[in-house]
Amino acid sequence: MLIKKRNSWDESENAVTSENVYLNRRKFLSAAGLSIGSAAVGLSAVSNAQSERALKELAFKKTDFGQDEKLTAEAAITNYNNYYEFGTSKSEPAKNAWRLKTTPWNVKVDGLVEKTRDYSFEDLIDMNALEERIYRFRCVEAWSMVVPWIGIPLASIIKKLNPLGSAKYVRFETLADSDQMPGIRWPVLDWPYVEGLRMDEAMNPLTLMVVGLYGKEIPNQNGAPMRLITPWKYGYKSIKSIARITFTEEQPVSSWTKSAPNEYGFYSNVNPEVSHPRWSQASERKIGNFGRMPTQKFNGYGEMVADMYAGMDLRVNH
Amino acid sequence: MAISIQNLRRYGKPVLFLMLSFPALWLGHEWYYAYQGLESSLGWNPVEAFHRITGDWAIRILLLSLAVSPLAKIMKSPKPIVFRRMIGLFAFFYVFLHLGGYIWLDKAFIWPDIWQDVVKRKYITVGVTALLLFIPLALTSTNSWIKRLGARNWQRLHKSVYVIGILTSAHFIMMRKGFQLEPLVYAGILGFLFLLRSKAVMNKLRR
Repeated sequence: MLIKKRNSWDESENAVTSENVYLNRRKFLSAAGLSIGSAAVGLSAVSNAQSERALKELAFKKTDFGQDEKLTAEAAITNYNNYYEFGTSKSEPAKNAWRLKTTPWNVKVDGLVEKTRDYSFEDLIDMNALEERIYRFRCVEAWSMVVPWIGIPLASIIKKLNPLGSAKYVRFETLADSDQMPGIRWPVLDWPYVEGLRMDEAMNPLTLMVVGLYGKEIPNQNGAPMRLITPWKYGYKSIKSIARITFTEEQPVSSWTKSAPNEYGFYSNVNPEVSHPRWSQASERKIGNFGRMPTQKFNGYGEMVADMYAGMDLRVNH
Repeated sequence: MAISIQNLRRYGKPVLFLMLSFPALWLGHEWYYAYQGLESSLGWNPVEAFHRITGDWAIRILLLSLAVSPLAKIMKSPKPIVFRRMIGLFAFFYVFLHLGGYIWLDKAFIWPDIWQDVVKRKYITVGVTALLLFIPLALTSTNSWIKRLGARNWQRLHKSVYVIGILTSAHFIMMRKGFQLEPLVYAGILGFLFLLRSKAVMNKLRR
């Protein structure tokens, strides 16, 4: 009798097993599952080999952005992620994102644009124009990082696509494929993940389409093969693994705005003065530090972006 | 096969004590490493991990404490009751760690900020309410308090643990962004424990 009762407590104790052991076990199981599965269809170990993508070194030019910043550790940037399509905990994306197939990659471009069509990754990204920019990255959960992104200005892509004059906003969509993304089997958000920018924000020289970090191709859990970075906005605006770009006249409704309109507005500019229903935005914890430091308005990029919001009440347009 | 109540007290309770202490000891150990900048299981944001882990254990042990009486009824034996007080106090202990982590590790004793959080952020308001309701239960957990209040009053007071359970579960659901499964699993377990309080359901299980 007593032994039976202890079983339930034993189970709780198991849950304290160190994260590494726990996750490795799962990785092992899924790998085992794959090889058993593929053996069954006579494919042997090929699918296992694809599980970890080797990240190629990239050729890029350095820029002046963030030269005085201390970089966040690469392991932190690639292992502490919010990418709910691969799980809602911070560590799950790094464990699950190997399932994402990044080549070939197509982006559907539609809406108010000269030509509606699919573009390949190579069509959109000029690999000879890559530059490295060290940006501060501020999550709405009040933590932050400093990341050496590699990419090209979004403006250069938009010019290539020739949007119509009537286009006032750009809407972005993340891939949503439940075969590759285990997280979307549960409706945490209304998939696919949607984000948007006003045209002038999209054309701002700070706005970057990112394809790499720390000198290499961007890992899947960070939004491979291409993701947005808008460093003066909270991190969720910087949409990952972009599969569709739509030019519109109406302001796009992002997934987070749809989920909680009072918490996540369209602009989502970093602003310590605008209180958030969940987290005080007055200060932040830089990953790697224990204490908090004050948050800067527009995450410190006001000089380059504040003009775009002149005359707007940033409390209303949060 | 049957183990006497005396033996449960003598051996069972210390074993349970160690088991329920283990998450806190482990957390202290990992925190010690994390704080020195060494590798730990707490990941890249140890403060957040501390909140998460103490919160997880607080709600788990709270639900466990709520399961004791129904279990005794199903087993038609008073034996599980031997452990009930200890389990309840451990739940309070993890709630206390959860709060301590928030006040100390996260907010560094900056009281105006903490007060702002309590009044402005609803999930924190709910969590703090649950904590405040928990204090009288922890304080009156001794035998002398049972005597002082009288068994019936004491029991009435301690039924409020179900309110604490609801608030705790709500705190967890509200804390998570979007529509997440994990806190709903805990809410489901709480719902099941509520069902066990219904006489009809219990009679079926006891048969």
